[in-house]
Amino acid sequence: MAWYKRTQDDDEVAGEKRSVPVGVFTKCPGCRETLLTADLKANADVCPKCDHHFLMGTRARVALIMDEGSFVEVDTRIESLDPLGFRDSKRYPDRVRAAWRQAGTPDALISGWGTVGAVPVEAGFFAFEFMGGSMGSVVGEKVTRVFERALERRVPALIFCASGGARMQEGVLSLMQMAKTSAAISRMRQAAVPLVSILLHPTTGGVAASFAMLGDVIVAEPKALIGFAGARVIQNTIRQSLPPGFQRAEFLLKHGFVDCIVHRREMKDSLTRLMRMLIPTDTRATAS
Amino acid sequence: MASKEARVTETPVLEFERPVVELERKIQELREFAGDSRDMQREIRSLETRVAELQQEIFADLTPWQTVLLSRHAGRPFTLDYISRMTAEFTELHGDRRFGDDPAIVGGFALFDGSPVLCVGHQKGRTTKENVTRNFGMPKPEGYRKALRLMEMAARFGKPIICFVDTPGAYPGVDAEERGQAEAIAKNLEVMAGLPVPILCAVIGEGGSGGALALGVADRIVMLEYATYSVITPEGCAAILWRDDDKKADAAAAMKLTASDLLRLRIVDEVVSEAPGGAHRDFDATARNLTVSLRHHLTELRRLSPGELQEQRYQKFREMGAFVESTERPESR
Repeated sequence: MAWYKRTQDDDEVAGEKRSVPVGVFTKCPGCRETLLTADLKANADVCPKCDHHFLMGTRARVALIMDEGSFVEVDTRIESLDPLGFRDSKRYPDRVRAAWRQAGTPDALISGWGTVGAVPVEAGFFAFEFMGGSMGSVVGEKVTRVFERALERRVPALIFCASGGARMQEGVLSLMQMAKTSAAISRMRQAAVPLVSILLHPTTGGVAASFAMLGDVIVAEPKALIGFAGARVIQNTIRQSLPPGFQRAEFLLKHGFVDCIVHRREMKDSLTRLMRMLIPTDTRATAS
Repeated sequence: MASKEARVTETPVLEFERPVVELERKIQELREFAGDSRDMQREIRSLETRVAELQQEIFADLTPWQTVLLSRHAGRPFTLDYISRMTAEFTELHGDRRFGDDPAIVGGFALFDGSPVLCVGHQKGRTTKENVTRNFGMPKPEGYRKALRLMEMAARFGKPIICFVDTPGAYPGVDAEERGQAEAIAKNLEVMAGLPVPILCAVIGEGGSGGALALGVADRIVMLEYATYSVITPEGCAAILWRDDDKKADAAAAMKLTASDLLRLRIVDEVVSEAPGGAHRDFDATARNLTVSLRHHLTELRRLSPGELQEQRYQKFREMGAFVESTERPESR
């Protein structure tokens, strides 16, 4: 085991690429403190000194949010096909297989039901560690099922987003997942079933431009990168440097596109409080 | 309207179009000298046949990248060119009532086959000056919000909606992000999915990613023969996956973005023929073909109740995607 897990952006404060802490020590890119990785893990992968939010493994996040023993994972047997026969430097099916091995999940979303602070919910968690959390047919289908089950059971849906956007290897089929998931939200809205979307670092592209931005309430983690177009693309278009803090959670809060920024350690309590207030009153009366 | 020959010489010529265009120029020159000479006339006629053959040869075997170039052709008819040929009494309406008016999206009511419809579409510019105004057909949030306002109004008054898609993509700029580009697109997807009136979408040029889809949640999606529709531009895909901008032709082929690809993937319902040599060679003929197609689809959709429209539209998008699900270990609640 390495004493340090060195990453290229160690010295870049609040850099674009955040890594999951591994190794005995981890240097915080926020305050440059050297931290015991064990301490960091005990603190939900948040720097105890400066509150820098490291990337968090998806299983760890499920455990952090869902009530202990309540989470039932579903739709675990949906696997992607290769509808385009796509190949860049690697064949798409090989890429998926490699990602599966590495991330331990067959695609970029873990979904299921359970309770959060004793409130029954349907929940989806993006696995950023699987091909950058990109959305292809499998993710689109699973997200849609989260919403449809929430609708059927009349319980709130939670969607934890961390994604670079639509998955290029499935071409326009990936693009259409934006429409498919948003159509399901249109039905939830009609039926007054609450959706809370939680925007983690990073939430961009086609995921941002669909369900991520359609939550009844939109919550973000501190300093999460959130936006439609990539910073590099924008820079190439306007040919000037971007304003400080551009596309960070705080920037979106200021411009009115997220409801609140919540510290990771307080996320579960905040969501619990929120959902208790959002559940339509008549539903709650008949549900108990 | 300018004659066919005049248009050919005015508009920029793509590399693979050059043999055709050069031959046409030669014919034009010959015609000027020909006079009544029988031989010359015969020569011209045989050259004209040769032009048609040559064009057919070239266009029978276009690469995906050549199709991309055609879909972006500067001489191609744009949304307003189709609206003016396919409808009557178009009345353009402006503004999102929130921030401003985005010239990259146009919309308004018009008569299609004598009855009122809402037309809304991306609008590119033909000259540099026009393109500055139209932002090359790349909308900002206020454009999507204008489209949404108009579509909701059309729904309120029971008017069908015809969307024309032709954009490189939503504008990637600081101001667009500040005003919520992602939210604006997302909202259109959600609301269009639930509108109680028929929605037709015609992809007439570039179907660029989320910026195109924001006008694309429709009951029927038709695509012109040389239009494209993709999740990202071939240039963007090449830069990210190949880390090499020069691989854009490879990326274009890999992404399956042509009309025939998308018909095969069951994303679009019909491919509409363009004039021989592409829509830019004959605006009127292409617009006529599109009218016939949209008329057919609209007639079918008018028979459906609002509830049926909503349900069928939901199922249409619900079924899009390619995955397998094994049932060896059935889950129980």
